[in-house]
Amino acid sequence: MGVKSAVIVFPGSNCDADVYEALRLMGAQVEYVWHKERRLDGYDLVVLPGGFSYGDYLRAGAIARFSPIMQEVVRFARKGGRVLGICNGFQILTEAGLLPGALLRNQNLRFICKFVHVRVENTHTPFTHRIPDQKPLRIPIAHGEGNYFIDAAGLEELEANGQIVFRYATADNRVTPEANPNGSVGNIAGIINREGNVLGMMPHPERAVEALLGSEDGRWVFESLMTG
Amino acid sequence: MKFVIKVRLKKGILDPQGKTVNQALHHLGYEQIRDVRIGKLIEVEIDESDPRKARQILEEASQKLLANPVIEDFEIQPEE
Repeated sequence: MGVKSAVIVFPGSNCDADVYEALRLMGAQVEYVWHKERRLDGYDLVVLPGGFSYGDYLRAGAIARFSPIMQEVVRFARKGGRVLGICNGFQILTEAGLLPGALLRNQNLRFICKFVHVRVENTHTPFTHRIPDQKPLRIPIAHGEGNYFIDAAGLEELEANGQIVFRYATADNRVTPEANPNGSVGNIAGIINREGNVLGMMPHPERAVEALLGSEDGRWVFESLMTG
Repeated sequence: MKFVIKVRLKKGILDPQGKTVNQALHHLGYEQIRDVRIGKLIEVEIDESDPRKARQILEEASQKLLANPVIEDFEIQPEE
């Protein structure tokens, strides 16, 4: 049967089909759930895909956060259900208060679309436990607002609780200022909530699941989710 | 009633957009301009005749949606 997964579709989502395909490829049982739905029953995993929900009006993710389905996503998360937010999905999760901090305009003001490497800082999560030790993931980013911000106290808390899961790094797995594409505090590319069931990341693992796409490193994330 | 809500990035948060505009102003010869920060100005019309109540509603709406309290401050002003 596979892990029962829901891919939430907002008006303006544009990575929903990619995530659907990636999950299917990894053996999950996948369904699309339209943002106007008010039910989210029987799923093991909920994915908020990338894109430009509501045209990024006001702030990226700010309007989507009030979609009817989001109340259910919040309820699902509070019950311990696994939620993965990718790119715009990450922005929505911060706007909804399921993850701390916010995503600001990239420091160089450009929309950045390229492959990056991320260092995996915490492999003791349901999203990363299958990733081999010390293996940097080569996966693409594609965003204009991925500059992660959190205040000093918040950052300290993230560090202390092991909530920083991915950091932008070099190909040989070193976290350096040069490897930071967008100005994120502490090179942060992805974080998890304190309870360990809600993860947000700017890079797109679903765009790196087949050799034909340039990398298969994104598979590790989905494979982790498929196995325990 | 009409109100204007100013939404600004909090002090200390880097505003790359403002920085770039500042540089452009320098290229134009406006060397005196020292710093630029860019925010949003939101005009609203509200069906509520009691100014105190109207302000209260807008305060709540700003907290919830119009501004993101993690990164932004807001200010509500009545407009004549």
